[in-house]
Amino acid sequence: MTATAAPPQAPAQAEPPVHRASLRKRLIPYWLLLPGILWLLVFFVLPMVYQASTSVQTGSLEEGFRVTWHFQTYWDAFTEYYPQFLRSLLYAGTATVLCLMLGYPLAYLIAFKAGRWRNLLLVLVIAPFFTSFLIRTLAWKTILADGGPVVGVLNDIGFLDVTSLLGMTQGDRVLATPLAVVCGLTYNFLPFMILPLYSSLERIDTRLHEAAGDLYARPATVFRKVTFPLSMPGVVSGTLLTFIPASGDYVNAELLGSTDTRMIGNVIQSQYLRILDYPTAAALSFILMAIVLIMVTIYIRRAGTEDLV
Amino acid sequence: MRTPITWLRRNLVVIAGLATLAYMILPNVVVTVFSFNNPTGRFNYAWQEFSLDAWKDPCGVADLCGSLSLSLQIALWATLAATALGTAIAFAMVRYRFRGRGAVNSLIFLPMAMPEIVMAASLLALFLNMGIQLGFWTILIAHIMFCLSFVVAAVKARVLSMDPRLEEAARDLYAGPVQTFVRVTLPIAAPGIAAGALLSFALSFDDFIITNFNSGNTVTFPMFVWGSAQRGTPVQINVIGTAMFVIAVLVVLAGQMVGNRRKKAQPK
Repeated sequence: MTATAAPPQAPAQAEPPVHRASLRKRLIPYWLLLPGILWLLVFFVLPMVYQASTSVQTGSLEEGFRVTWHFQTYWDAFTEYYPQFLRSLLYAGTATVLCLMLGYPLAYLIAFKAGRWRNLLLVLVIAPFFTSFLIRTLAWKTILADGGPVVGVLNDIGFLDVTSLLGMTQGDRVLATPLAVVCGLTYNFLPFMILPLYSSLERIDTRLHEAAGDLYARPATVFRKVTFPLSMPGVVSGTLLTFIPASGDYVNAELLGSTDTRMIGNVIQSQYLRILDYPTAAALSFILMAIVLIMVTIYIRRAGTEDLV
Repeated sequence: MRTPITWLRRNLVVIAGLATLAYMILPNVVVTVFSFNNPTGRFNYAWQEFSLDAWKDPCGVADLCGSLSLSLQIALWATLAATALGTAIAFAMVRYRFRGRGAVNSLIFLPMAMPEIVMAASLLALFLNMGIQLGFWTILIAHIMFCLSFVVAAVKARVLSMDPRLEEAARDLYAGPVQTFVRVTLPIAAPGIAAGALLSFALSFDDFIITNFNSGNTVTFPMFVWGSAQRGTPVQINVIGTAMFVIAVLVVLAGQMVGNRRKKAQPK
């Protein structure tokens, strides 16, 4: 592309200046990249190195920590906290599936059915962002309060009996149960599902729907064979943008859950900020990172969309 | 032949979509309603009686407005820095071929593909090891870091969808590289840059996890809310949450009205 930039009036004998300009031009991308990439190297990659070194240190707060290549920490941390790891993946996975099921109809509605309401609906999807998510998460404490109308209705229609059987709730309470945490996670990350879904749905040429209809495809078939496959990039990035942050979240488990719903994020947070056992905390966050990266890589390979950024 | 059942089937998507929207809006409604509450205890979770006290005195709680202004400052600086750095990277990646492209791509992608807590913990490891005092600057550094990738993604998407022939046309009409950039490329890329900046501002202003790890004793607005969830939630939190919501909606709507007017004013 840059090769076509040669000015049309440049005659052939102007070879040397053109050559020098092209060298300078070849350096342009590096100058553009330099500050940002440097920032990421120093404040994203380097911290990882420090954390790696912290995770193989032993010692105590009083005597200081020293690198002793103590890899045992990883095994100890994993065996001690694997229930929290499993719980995190389970809650995050459930929340992701719920986000997809709840988010798809809304994204579809905004993309194809909203007409002149489209912008208003988009604003309504984004606007809650501007009320701090902590305040909104606290609001769920009110909504799901014991004996409140929401819990009452859920109890009356037998929903809580089903979730009790699944081990998601206990008795007629929702707060401080896994259901409350999953509900909070789903709520918090829904916009991250809806926006990518919307942007890939919006790009679909509606004439494809008409064409499928003309070829006698029923609406359900049109959706299964045309719309959904074409929205796959949105599905993939939406599920990633939901699952990844949800797996490391500790806010919902702390505010809406109980000690029985502690996720791995809660453990890492308390190890780092309260117990001050830095090696264990570092090892735990590396294990979390490894699990998430492996799952994401497999998922992206399977879904076949490599270029996400 | 419109029986209720076919009507329901036809509008199933609309009904389900609106139900989801209700689920997303409900907490905001609760926040707004409870900003007029007059709770008896320390916590504002149960409705007592209508009161305008909190709205009359939004800064009536110690440290609340200080934390709010700190968050706004951090969000502003983080947005400016991340937008500048990110836009430059996005242009380099779309418009130039260079070595190490794959590595740069991964480096941009990784911060978005990592649970926030991992970055939070590793940054804390860096700051602790280096003996850097936690506070305003460490928060700002962290926010710029995680906003950067989102700006790159937003700007890149916009620049990629640009028709390169527009720039070629400008050059054919004897516009220099700088002139082409300022008068053609930048205006077309502007919505992408604006989207990236807005996203940065929202992400930074509302960030909790990374800030929780790297703030030391500095209290941003989300940190204040987190602390109050343990000590007692003042009604003023809801007032500020509601005000932010209303202001955001008004700003977006005003922006759209200006956009629409401009579109109408433009000759075909």
